[in-house]
Amino acid sequence: MPAMPLLPPGAVRPVVRAPDPVLSTPGQDVDPTDATTIELVADLLATQLVSPGCVGLAAQQVGVAARVFSVDVSGHAKTRTCHGLFALCNAVVVSATRRERGREGCMSVPDFTGDVARGRRLVARGQLPLTGQWVEITTDGFEAVALQHEIDHTNGLLFLDRVSGAHGIHPRRTYL
Amino acid sequence: MRDEIIAVTVLGHDRPGIVADVTGALADLHGNLEDSTMTLLRGHFAMVLLVHTGAGVEGVEAALRPLCAGGALVINARVLEEPTPGPAPGPSYALRVHGADRPGIVATITAVVARHGANIIDLGTRLVEGLYVLTAELELPVDASVVGLESELRGAADELGVEVHLSPIDDDLL
Repeated sequence: MPAMPLLPPGAVRPVVRAPDPVLSTPGQDVDPTDATTIELVADLLATQLVSPGCVGLAAQQVGVAARVFSVDVSGHAKTRTCHGLFALCNAVVVSATRRERGREGCMSVPDFTGDVARGRRLVARGQLPLTGQWVEITTDGFEAVALQHEIDHTNGLLFLDRVSGAHGIHPRRTYL
Repeated sequence: MRDEIIAVTVLGHDRPGIVADVTGALADLHGNLEDSTMTLLRGHFAMVLLVHTGAGVEGVEAALRPLCAGGALVINARVLEEPTPGPAPGPSYALRVHGADRPGIVATITAVVARHGANIIDLGTRLVEGLYVLTAELELPVDASVVGLESELRGAADELGVEVHLSPIDDDLL
């Protein structure tokens, strides 16, 4: 994967919480080279960096229904393949295989966790901000899960929309 | 009447529409549903729900009484007091047990769990064709010995002739 372009410094934005309707709004396609998009990405990166334990943040989580997210699973105990800190625009899942169930939480749904089955092998495709270059990312394990979670956000889906079974929602008990 | 939390239990012969009937009657009381759970136990409908309402136990029971006509459903209601917070929970573990059915599997396994101070926060058991399956989620005390619990569970399972597996449940913040 090509290096993530260097962006101007961003500002920290407040993180919205469910049931804010923006979280259920599918994002608009964006122009990765547009100044507004670049500012949004920079703000996502800045907001993610100041949020303890946060491994990813989508535009919907800062109140914007756009197909943009940032992710960084560096240093997480479950990380295998890792592409570091990066952001993608207009990303799609090309393939997700080897589905396993895990329990995931989200900054925008702070009081619940949910049992969600996601592929542990992933190919995703999207555009880098600033240059607009299309990239294809092949990854696995925790980064694969994080990317699917963030791409879901950009499509207006929360983990609550993907929970396995009627008893798959739990009160959140660990706060990172 | 002041608002309170009333626990409603509904048991009986299953049919389509029980949840809609019960919750519809409670909505007519302007009751607000909070946590609830429902499942089928060998084909029997079993539901517990918490409703926040000012109607009182008598009002809730009166609203649900028509559903009990004919004896197909038994519905009870009682006021719940605010729970007293316990100690901060430690790690969560999934417990799975399966094997040939015999009396005492649940009692023996959960006695081991209790001896280690672990709290069962979710539990289900199923029996089909002589195969007994138990799944549970445990919250261990912060200072619990997982190795000790697992070892004692294994010993109990060996005596019962069943399999036991204990595995950590991690919450991943994404």
